[in-house]
Amino acid sequence: MTRGGWRQRLEILLFVTPALALLGVFVVWPIASAVRMSFYRWKGFGPMEDFVGLRNYDRVLGDDVFRDAVAHNVVIVVASIVVQLPLGLAIAMLLNRKIRLRGLLRTIVFVPYVMAEVIAGVIWFQLLQPRYGVVDGIISAVGLTPPEQGFLGTPELALPTLFVVLTWKYLGLAVLLFLAGLQGVPDELYEAAQLDGAGWWQTQVRVALPLLGPTIRTWLFLSMIGSLQQFDMVWVLTGGGPANATTTMATYLINQGTQRHNYGIAGAASVVLFLVSFVMALAYQLLILRRDTVTQE
Amino acid sequence: MRSKTRRAALAVLSAGTLLLAAACGGDDSSEADESTITWWHNSNNEPGKGYYEQVAKDFEADHPGVDVQVSAMAHEDMVDKLAAAFQSGDLPDVYMERGGGELADHVEAGLVRDLSDDAADEVEKIGGSVAGWQVDDKTYALPFSLGVVGFWYNKEQFEQAGITELPITMDDLYDVIDKLKAADLTPLSVGAGDKWPAAHYWYAAALRSCPEEVLTDAVGSLDFSDDCFERAGDVVEELIETEPFNAGFLSTPAQEGATSASGLLATGKVAMEMQGHWEPGVMQGLTDDGKGLGDKTGWFPFPEVDGGEGDPAAQLGGGDAWAVPEGSPDVAVDLVRYLLSDEVQTGFAENDMGLPTNPAATGAVSDPALAQLLEVRDAAPFVQLYFDTAFGESVGGAMNDEIALMFAGKASPDDVVSATQQAADEEK
Repeated sequence: MTRGGWRQRLEILLFVTPALALLGVFVVWPIASAVRMSFYRWKGFGPMEDFVGLRNYDRVLGDDVFRDAVAHNVVIVVASIVVQLPLGLAIAMLLNRKIRLRGLLRTIVFVPYVMAEVIAGVIWFQLLQPRYGVVDGIISAVGLTPPEQGFLGTPELALPTLFVVLTWKYLGLAVLLFLAGLQGVPDELYEAAQLDGAGWWQTQVRVALPLLGPTIRTWLFLSMIGSLQQFDMVWVLTGGGPANATTTMATYLINQGTQRHNYGIAGAASVVLFLVSFVMALAYQLLILRRDTVTQE
Repeated sequence: MRSKTRRAALAVLSAGTLLLAAACGGDDSSEADESTITWWHNSNNEPGKGYYEQVAKDFEADHPGVDVQVSAMAHEDMVDKLAAAFQSGDLPDVYMERGGGELADHVEAGLVRDLSDDAADEVEKIGGSVAGWQVDDKTYALPFSLGVVGFWYNKEQFEQAGITELPITMDDLYDVIDKLKAADLTPLSVGAGDKWPAAHYWYAAALRSCPEEVLTDAVGSLDFSDDCFERAGDVVEELIETEPFNAGFLSTPAQEGATSASGLLATGKVAMEMQGHWEPGVMQGLTDDGKGLGDKTGWFPFPEVDGGEGDPAAQLGGGDAWAVPEGSPDVAVDLVRYLLSDEVQTGFAENDMGLPTNPAATGAVSDPALAQLLEVRDAAPFVQLYFDTAFGESVGGAMNDEIALMFAGKASPDDVVSATQQAADEEK
């Protein structure tokens, strides 16, 4: 080995060490301690010594509340894709045209995404107050009857309401990404299509959409992971209620951990959440995103 | 170029070392210095904050060489910090315990100092109120404030609805609810979104339904097989069926903001709310003029239930107590004893900071509502600690969740008992 090669390696080591140290302290170590915690019965103080094997996993997976939480996560994942993808695409395509007030419209669509999630949650919570909230006021004003227990207080309505708020919050990200993707489509392609006699609609579907593929796949990935880990908005709006109608895996583990001091169960739930996210991310990376990296080579 | 790289590498390495040092540090204060003691409390508003600063100064004056470091925190901050302190084992020398199962767990882990002998005089003076902070007949913390739960109501709205007598039985309460509804008023608010305010109904019903021995036994044995627990659920279910609560009560928070359960009572949107002794203070914080319901505030205890085996004068309640961790210096115990002295408790009462436990301070409570509560509390044969506190977070949390489900019509009285029993069995 040459002297230069050795030096280069040392240099790489030196530059990588801080990043690795941060990764170790803030990612690997917490994951490892969550895994360790999940095998013990532990109340949050004193020595961790009551080893219970897989008992915590058994309790988590056998708990109806946790199963419902997983179902709610899946509903949010699927609904996000089904609703936000077409809506985001449509808005992005509209805003990509040269229309009046385009800048203003783009800003309006994007503002909710920039707003802090907790602040947005508190505002929506007040808007959705039964009887005294603005939403109920508008519904009554047009002559309809708002739900007796409010949108967030009725178990059947809480999850759909939560989803509407989440869509309002995250549509901006989809639109922004799709707009950026559309901007990457060269004008010549549109011109060529037009010369061949394609209308606006045809150009969008046949030219823009296929070229948006990589962007859409990236957004799908972000959306899925975000939906699986959804916590802030649920916690502020409903805390997982009413009657556990809006629990997610994240609210379940916080509830078990910091509220009930069942740190072992919270640890097991967090490991399950981690595994689900990890497997999905990995599969997505291997099966779907890979196409994008391969074609670029 | 080379020297630059090396210097950068050095900086990076030392930063890494610092980080590691920071991660490993933090436990160097466990060897407490005899002359410096730390005290955490949650009276972070005036007059309480200033009063406790003065108390610490007076104590330092009486104990030359002792330095008391006082930390006044918002309640939620203190709870979070204490949880972290328990994990690290680095506790303040004087801190607050809520009693019950949580304290029993701390005692079992060997973290709390036994005060039975060191503060025997104070334990005797406080009397029966200390029960919630005893484990196996030993006292681990001294309660300095103990309140009871009952119905806070708006006197003006009661008058408006033509209610002249306060309810003694559940049937009387249903009459009150009917009259309020007839007058187009919302009878009750409940912060079922936070669960525990809903659970208090079940606790109070259980207190009226079950004899004292059954409740005391249940706290120790975690056995809920007595059918009085199910009857308690029946009482609550019957009340829920009269639909007395504010719209959206399932998602209503207990005391945050004007649309919370306490906010609705404070702003005259509902006529009653069942809440703890802190309600007048909470309502003051939720109104613009800082007065809450003011002179319109009234209070009555949870009514008697049909066929109940519990003492109708017994009350549901809870409070805060000063505790000292195992291994803290003796002077910390002296501070706790001083905090329970006639002098400090009288000042505590004069500042309306809570309901003092030292009988010498009883006369000093100036707020009429609090004075009334104090009378009820002292007339009670016993004060049952809130069940979620008594049973500990794990069992208590499961119980509260199931009771909240009952309020949503998704659980039966039987479900509440079996969910509680199931969580309790996991603890054994």
